[in-house]
Amino acid sequence: MSSSVEQLVNREYKYGFITDIEAESAPPGLSEETVRFISAKKQEPEWLLEWRLKAYRRWLEMTEPHWPNVTYTPVDYQAITYYSAPKTAKPLGSLDEVDPKLLETYEKLGIPLSEQKLLAGVAVDAIFDSVSVGTTFKETLAKAGVIFCSFGEAVREHPELVRKYLGSVVPANDNFFAALNSAVFSDGSFVFVPKGVQCPMELSTYFRINAANTGQFERTLIVAEEGASVSYLEGCTAPKRDENQLHAAVVELVALDDARIKYSTVQNWYAGDDEGKGGIYNFVTKRGKAAHRAKISWTQVETGSAITWKYPSVILQGDDSVGEFYSVAVTNGRQQADTGTKMIHLGRNSRSTIVSKGISAGQGQNSYRGLVQIMPNAEGSRNYTQCDSMLIGNRCGAHTFPYIDVRNSTSDVEHEASTSKIGEDQIFYCKARGLNTEHAISVIVNGFCKEVFRELPMEFAVEAQKLLGVSLEGSVG
Amino acid sequence: MSVTAAPALPFGAALAAARPGEPSWLAALRAAARERFVAVGLPTTRDEEWRFTPVAPLGKLEIGLPAAPGTLRPEALAPHDFDPAWPRIVVVDGRFEQALSRLPDSAAGIRVLPLSRAIAEGVPEVEKHLAKTVAPEATPFSALNAAAFTDGLLVVVPKGADPGQPIQFLHVATDASADALLAPRLLVVVGEGARATITESYLSLTTQRHVTTTVAELVVGRNATVEHIRVQRETDAAWHVGFTAVDQARDSHYRSFALSMGAHLARHNLHAHLSDENIETLLYGLSLTRGEQVSDTHSAIHHDHPNCNSWEVYKGVLDDRSRVVFNGKVLVDPIAQKTDAKQTNRNLLLSEDARVDTKPQLEIFADDVRCTHGATIGKLNEQQRYYLQSRGIAGAQAEQLLVWAFAAEVMTEILQPTVRKALEADVHARLGEMTG
Repeated sequence: MSSSVEQLVNREYKYGFITDIEAESAPPGLSEETVRFISAKKQEPEWLLEWRLKAYRRWLEMTEPHWPNVTYTPVDYQAITYYSAPKTAKPLGSLDEVDPKLLETYEKLGIPLSEQKLLAGVAVDAIFDSVSVGTTFKETLAKAGVIFCSFGEAVREHPELVRKYLGSVVPANDNFFAALNSAVFSDGSFVFVPKGVQCPMELSTYFRINAANTGQFERTLIVAEEGASVSYLEGCTAPKRDENQLHAAVVELVALDDARIKYSTVQNWYAGDDEGKGGIYNFVTKRGKAAHRAKISWTQVETGSAITWKYPSVILQGDDSVGEFYSVAVTNGRQQADTGTKMIHLGRNSRSTIVSKGISAGQGQNSYRGLVQIMPNAEGSRNYTQCDSMLIGNRCGAHTFPYIDVRNSTSDVEHEASTSKIGEDQIFYCKARGLNTEHAISVIVNGFCKEVFRELPMEFAVEAQKLLGVSLEGSVG
Repeated sequence: MSVTAAPALPFGAALAAARPGEPSWLAALRAAARERFVAVGLPTTRDEEWRFTPVAPLGKLEIGLPAAPGTLRPEALAPHDFDPAWPRIVVVDGRFEQALSRLPDSAAGIRVLPLSRAIAEGVPEVEKHLAKTVAPEATPFSALNAAAFTDGLLVVVPKGADPGQPIQFLHVATDASADALLAPRLLVVVGEGARATITESYLSLTTQRHVTTTVAELVVGRNATVEHIRVQRETDAAWHVGFTAVDQARDSHYRSFALSMGAHLARHNLHAHLSDENIETLLYGLSLTRGEQVSDTHSAIHHDHPNCNSWEVYKGVLDDRSRVVFNGKVLVDPIAQKTDAKQTNRNLLLSEDARVDTKPQLEIFADDVRCTHGATIGKLNEQQRYYLQSRGIAGAQAEQLLVWAFAAEVMTEILQPTVRKALEADVHARLGEMTG
């Protein structure tokens, strides 16, 4: 088995290439000047600059958290370039105006924008480094009254909405990385679905980190008004780098009464080489707030990044609100993931479901860390948690840290977890039916993750299964 | 050796007490432990291990030493004696009480002694094993106990021996313990192929506040079998912090049952180290809390060899504004293949205001293992209640029946029949009060 684990560790990162475009960057380092520079570059209003500066000052007083079950070389926050925009970026009327070099990059990533348009109703707001360069299907959305644009554009065109909801779920001083993001966020996506509107298509964004030493600090804000619904997909790949790249994003979801938001992620950033060198540090704060009868659903497939630190959470504020979390996290090589969710039950009869599947191979360390908190007023609330871990090889580790805090007696909380290895008899069964070992593993692991994959929108489910297959290639001999 | 206790130092009086005549190895151990405790101080809720268990207020209390023990009539202990024929070591207010104890003859080399006497006699097992399974550095309270323990129990069962009867340890706090620190300590060494059943009881014959910090170390030899029953029913004003640790050798069996129904705040650390192959560890527990009580169990099961099984079931029944805290850690080292570990924590809330914080935690580094954990928190099942009602069993009676059924699942895991019957009666009575 160990030799095949080595194969897996040795696999090449498919998406490791660098696009050679002159970038207009801020000098490395972080100070009030940097914050002002970013804000000025983006021609932001005064209130937003103030908001950033406030966050920056709070960040200065905070210390980096060390409680996650991960180890990494400390980040030098003064060595990071906090702003980098492709110079070609200017408002574009159509895809034809996009720099061919960029289009080529997307081609390599397998998301050709030109073809994307023809694909089944998916609007793509592609982010290249920090500035949005192309947006499709805007008209269809506009007809429905849905606003889907880059964050910068939203600040310019819909300042009242941004001002109303920015920081309402993840306050600027929420935690160390959220504060950092609040101070220096460069761009991201903004979605607003007005009252009663069902968004006519799945919304999607691809993130890429391109220029060397550029931390990417996206800010995503999704607001679904009363009775509205939206499904948002996020996919990530990043080219190969030697130095660790910091990624500290913030995602805020606001679901007002009877609204539904579904947020899906496939994350496949560069995980570092077999020495654990390079790779992305993915320190992300994701949180949603669900009002009465609202539903927020997180689905994530995490196969990349050297370090993953993320806990997509739901504050179940309203009565009868619903929170869901479906996750597949794969660690191999020297990847480390500390991920999970928080479900904070405040409203009566609120319900939450957590299904987490962790797969560790190579020397990967995979931790599930979760909190289910049922506050005294959340009468009749319900939580079901299932977290399963699968280990491939004996140099990896699987850990679970589920915190359960229940403060009333009318609620029911169930938590189940298991850890096991991939079944020899299952492999044998598949082989007896003519599958080779690799195929058998792929089938078994996909079966293990099925509960999560079926929550993904169709095209992502396909991508996720492929990713898993690539990630675990040759992991059992 | 003297220590100048600053007035701010918690438990300064107990730490400064002179202990003449103790061997030098013990004096050195105590000095190091004292230094450790002074250095780390009392934990706060900012420490992850003590996040839900606020012990820091202890630092603000004036806690001294027990006054001269009063006279205790033997009848007072009768309800807590499982069987008058069994050996019994009684420690009252931290001191061994010869008149109340029943020491067996040291037949077949079996030693059952108060720890103070074992130290004075120089029983070799004491120096060999004391403070090895529970290091003074393990927690601030294990340091406090090592520095300040006054007496306790030593049991040595040599190779192949079987005492035949359970050995009882009874720790009693009386009025003399008001605002005092009590620090008993147990050491149980069971040799190869030997058997032992140990009962360890903490009770208060007072309603005055006292602080108990206790440590029990069990060394279980190859192919030995040990059943350990721990009962904590101190007064609702007491603070109780206990640490039990077992170190198991190859092919050994250890079964423990812990009942926690007393104290204002009770904390029990239960650590099992499975240090060889083919070991079985069974841990069961029941917490019954009411009023403002807090009952906290922190268990840690460390698998560091292949082919071992551990099984843990802890249950809690909570009433009023009480709280139960459970933290169960199962650590499986890379070498510990074929580990089968199962951990369950179930809690039943009888009141709106009760609170449970549970954290079943797995840390697995080996791949060919079966490890599961489960935790549930809930109220009585309405359907079950309805079912009973439809068969003519209603109201409090139905509730009692259902709660008893919930608790009985772990009670039946006490193998020693006399102890099980006695504790079942106690639990039944307490549940009657809680549901009545």
